[in-house]
Amino acid sequence: MFRFIVRRLLQLIPTLFGLSILLFIWLRRLPGGPETAILGERGTPEMRAAIRHNLGLDEPVLVQYGRFVRRMIRLDLGTSISTKREVTTEFLQRFPGTVELTITAMVIAIGIGIPLGYLAARRRGRLLDHMSVGGSLIGICIPVFFLAYILKAIFSENLGWFPSSGRQDPTLGATRITNFFVLDGLMTREWDAAADALWHLILPGIALASIPLAIIVRITRASVLEVLNEDFVRTAEAKGLTENVVRRRHVLRNSLLPVVTSIGLLTGGLLSGAVLTETVFAFSGIGAFVAEAISQRDYPVLMGFIMIIAVVYVLVNLIVDLSYSLIDPRVRVR
Amino acid sequence: MTIISRKKKEKIDRLAELAARDDERGVSLWQEAFRRLRRNPAAIVGAVVLGLFVIVSVVGPFLVPYAPEAQLWKGEIRVGFIPGVRAENWFGLDHIGRDQFSRMVVGARQTLLVGVVATMIGLAVGSLIGGIAGAAAGLGGRWGRAVDNVLMRFIDMLLAMPSLLLAISIAAILGASLTTVMIAVGTVSVPVFARLLRGAMIAQSNSDYVLAATSLGVRKPKIALAHVVPNSLAPVIVQATLTLATAIIEAAALSFLGLGNNDASIPEWGMMLADAQRYIDIAPRLAILPALGIIITALGFTLLGEAMREALDPKLRK
Amino acid sequence: MALLEVEDISVTFARRGQRAVHAVDGVSFSVDAGEVVGLVGESGCGKSVTSLAIMGLLPKQPGLRVGGKAVFDGTDLLQLDDRSRRDIRGRDIAMIFQDPLSSLNPVIPIGLQVTEVLTRHRGMKGDVAAKEAAALLDRVGIPDPKRRLKEYPHQLSGGMRQRALIAMAVACQPRLLIADEPTTALDVTIQAQILELLKDLVRDSGTALVMITHDLGVVAGMCETINVLYGGRVVETARRRPLFREPRHPYTVGLLGSVPRLDAGRGERLNPIPGSVRDLLPWQEGCAFAPRCTRRVDACVGEPPELVLAHDGRSYRCVNPAPLPGLARAADAPVPAKSEPAATADGTGQAAEAGTDVPAAGKPASGPVPAPREEEKP
Repeated sequence: MFRFIVRRLLQLIPTLFGLSILLFIWLRRLPGGPETAILGERGTPEMRAAIRHNLGLDEPVLVQYGRFVRRMIRLDLGTSISTKREVTTEFLQRFPGTVELTITAMVIAIGIGIPLGYLAARRRGRLLDHMSVGGSLIGICIPVFFLAYILKAIFSENLGWFPSSGRQDPTLGATRITNFFVLDGLMTREWDAAADALWHLILPGIALASIPLAIIVRITRASVLEVLNEDFVRTAEAKGLTENVVRRRHVLRNSLLPVVTSIGLLTGGLLSGAVLTETVFAFSGIGAFVAEAISQRDYPVLMGFIMIIAVVYVLVNLIVDLSYSLIDPRVRVR
Repeated sequence: MTIISRKKKEKIDRLAELAARDDERGVSLWQEAFRRLRRNPAAIVGAVVLGLFVIVSVVGPFLVPYAPEAQLWKGEIRVGFIPGVRAENWFGLDHIGRDQFSRMVVGARQTLLVGVVATMIGLAVGSLIGGIAGAAAGLGGRWGRAVDNVLMRFIDMLLAMPSLLLAISIAAILGASLTTVMIAVGTVSVPVFARLLRGAMIAQSNSDYVLAATSLGVRKPKIALAHVVPNSLAPVIVQATLTLATAIIEAAALSFLGLGNNDASIPEWGMMLADAQRYIDIAPRLAILPALGIIITALGFTLLGEAMREALDPKLRK
Repeated sequence: MALLEVEDISVTFARRGQRAVHAVDGVSFSVDAGEVVGLVGESGCGKSVTSLAIMGLLPKQPGLRVGGKAVFDGTDLLQLDDRSRRDIRGRDIAMIFQDPLSSLNPVIPIGLQVTEVLTRHRGMKGDVAAKEAAALLDRVGIPDPKRRLKEYPHQLSGGMRQRALIAMAVACQPRLLIADEPTTALDVTIQAQILELLKDLVRDSGTALVMITHDLGVVAGMCETINVLYGGRVVETARRRPLFREPRHPYTVGLLGSVPRLDAGRGERLNPIPGSVRDLLPWQEGCAFAPRCTRRVDACVGEPPELVLAHDGRSYRCVNPAPLPGLARAADAPVPAKSEPAATADGTGQAAEAGTDVPAAGKPASGPVPAPREEEKP
C-alpha cells in the first residue's frame, strides 16, 4: 500500500514535466502579451519592449523555460504580472477558499445524492423516483451561473437568509492561520468566525453542487437497480437475512463502486468549474482569480494554476484508487 | 493507469460495444428502435420541444416584429427602470431599449447554430480520429495498432483535461467571438466521439460477420467502409444528441465569462443571459427568458438522447 | 404428512398492454421429510420460478401474481408476512443457486457470508461463529477452511464457490434444501463431486432435497421421486425407476429419447422432441404439449387433460399416454424402454425387478449416466 502511494507520487514528476512544456509553448501563443493587458491599446513600442524586457519575455523561449523549471523545483511559481505578488502567496491565500467550496459542494452532492438515488431505485416507478429523475435532468441542463444568480437573488437579496458575497464578514476580524476560514475559526476557538465562514459557503456550495448532485443521483439509482437484480442479493435474501442487513451489506456497498469513480471524476472537474460560481458570489477563491488571469495574460498564474489542477487531478485519482481497493477486493493496489 | 480514467474510458467503450453488438441485426434495429422511441413519452416530449425550437429558429427571424438590434425605445430606459411586458413588446424591452421578443426569437437561431456547429466540429474531428484509430486497430495489424496507440494517447490527454478549463484556454488563445465558442466547445467533445466510434468499430471488427467477409476475400478498406462504419454509428448519433445539450450550456458559460460573442448586434441566449445579470433586480425576466430557453432546449436534447440510448440498449430489449 | 405440500401454485406476470404470461400454471407436488425430489423440464418450463415462488424470492414487480398454496410443516408459506418468511428462509428452508460466482457477494469475504447466517438464525457471534463457519467449510470439503474464510469469492475455484454456497445453505441444518440447477455452471468432473456432496449431506442430516434440473443424468443418480414439468404444469410424477422404465407422458418419453446413449445400437438415431418450448398451447385450450406431441389425438385440444392417477402413486396428465412396455406398442412412438439410463444406480435392490422386460437394462458395465448437457435444445 505504502509503496503504491510512493510510486504513484513519483509518477507525478514526469507528468508535470511534460505538462509544463506543453503549457509553456501553448500559453505563449496567446495573442497580445501582458504588455497589451497592462498598457491597453496605447503605449509606444518602446514602452512595450521595456515591459517585455522587465518580465524577461524578450529572452529566448528556452532560457525562459529553464528559469521557470528552476524556480518550480523550489516551489517558486514566479510573480503574478497583474498583482505583482508571488504566485505561491496568491495561491496559498486563495486556494483554500476553493477547496472549502469544493468540499462543501461534494458534501452536499454526496450527502443528498446517494440516499436520494438509493431511495429512487427502491421506489422505482413511484413519485419520488420520477421526481428525482426529473430533478436530476433539470440539474444537468441548468447553467450553473444562472442557478447561482437565482439562489443569490432569492435567498440572500430577497429573503436575507444568507450573505450574498465574500468568504467571511470582514468586521469579525478573524485570525488567519491556514486561510481555510472554517478551520481557522475552529483552531482559534473563534466559533462565530467559523460559523460565519460556513454560512458564506452554503449558497455557492449548493450552486456548485447542482451538476455533481444530479449525476450522483442518476449513477446511484442506476447502480442500485443493477445490484438489486444481482444473484448475490437473491442469495442474501434466501439466507433469511433481515432487510436491513441485505440493504446495507449487500446492496448499498456494491452499488457504491461506480459512484466512487464518478465522485473522483466530478471532484477534479469541480475545482475548475468553481470559476463560474466564485465569480457570481465574489468569492475570493482561485477560480475568479484565474478568470481574471486569462484576460490579463498573466502567464505565471495560469501556468501555476494548471499545474496545480494537474497535481490535484493525480491526487484525487490516487485517493479514488485507494478507496476503490478498500471497497472492492478484486481491485488490488500493486 | 488510474481507475478514474480507465472507468471513464470503459464507460464510453461499453456504450459503444452495447450499441454495436445490437447492430448485427441490421436494418430492423433502427426500425425497432424507432418503434420503441414512439412509445416513450420522454422521447415524444423531447422531439416536440426540439421541433418547436427548430421551427422558431428557422422561420422566426423572418417574422419578428422588430429588428433585434434596433434600440427603438432607448428613451424609455431610465436608471433602475426597464419597461416590461406590453402590447407592442410581448416580452418587454432589454436594458438598452431593444425588443426582447425579437431578440429571443433571433437568438434561438444563433443558439442552435452554436450548438449544432460546435457538435459538428466535435463529431467530425472526433469521428475522423476515432474512425482512423478504430479501423487501424481493428483491421490493420501491427502498424495499425501503433497508429491507434498514438491517436489514443492524444485523446486520453484531452480527456484528462477538465473540459471548462480546456474551453477557456482555447477561447483565450483565439480571442472572444462566436466562432471561438464553437471551436472551444467542439474541441471539448472531440475525445468522447473519438473513443466512442473507435470502441464501436473494434467491437464490430471482432464480430463474426467481419470474419466471414474477410474469409470471403472482401478487401479490408471495403469492409471498414461498407460494414464496420455504418454499423458503428448508433452510439455516435446518440452521443451527438446529448452533446448538443451540453454544447448549448457550455457556450452560455463561455459567454458569461466574457469569452463568447462580442458582437452585440447578433443576439444569442448565452450572451443575453450574461448581459442580463446586472439587471436581475429590476428586470429579472431579461435573465429568466434566455435561461428558460437554454434549459428547455437542453432538456429537449437530453430527453431525446436518453430515450434513443434506451431504445438502442439491448439490455432493455426483450 | 408431507414436509412440503405444493398445491396448485401459479405465477402470472401481467404487463400493461400485453397478454399476461403464466410462468407457472398450477404446479402441485409434495416432498416428504428426508426425501430427494426432482423437478425436471426444459428451460422455460417454470421449474425455477416455482421454487422462487415457494421461497418468496421472486423479484417484486407490479403485475406479479402468485396463487395457490405451499404448505411447509403446517404453515402456508405464501400467506406469511415478510418477517416470518425471513425467519424460515435459511433456517428451515435453504436454497442453492445455479451460478456460484454471481451468487456470492464479490466484495465480502467468504467468512462473513457464512457467519451472517449463523448470526441471524443461531445467534452466534465473533469467535464462536468463526469456529462454526470453519467447521462448516470443512464439512463441505473445502481444505484449509480457516484461510478460506478470509478470502473473497474471486479467489476460489468454481467448485469451491459452490461448496461455500452449500455450506451457507446447510449452516442451520434446514429441513428442506432447494437446489436450483446446482451443477449446470460447473465442469463435468466438478459436477459429480458436488452431487456426491449433496447426496452425502442430505443422507447424513435427514434434510429433504428438491433438485431442480434439466439434466436427466442428475435425476437418475439422485432423486427418489421425479416431477416432470412442461409449460408451467406438472405433466408426470413417478418414482425414479418406473419413470425411466416406463414413462407414460409423451413429453417424458421425448426427454428420455433425446439423451444420447453409449449403448445405443449402431446407426440408431436420437429422437429429439420437435419444435421448441415456445410452441405452447395455453393449458385452458388443451394440452400445452400438443403442438409438439407425436401421439396427439383430437381429444388433446379443447380442454386441459385431467390428471390420471395410476398404480403405485404415479400420475400423468395425458389423454393418450405412451403404452406400458410389454403391452401394445405404437409403432411411431419412441420406444421408451430403450431410454433406460439408470440401470446401475445406487443398488437399492430394484435392479432385479428392472431386468425383467427391458432389453437394454441391466448391463453391468454401463456405469454412471453420461451427463446430457444440451438436450433442451433439440
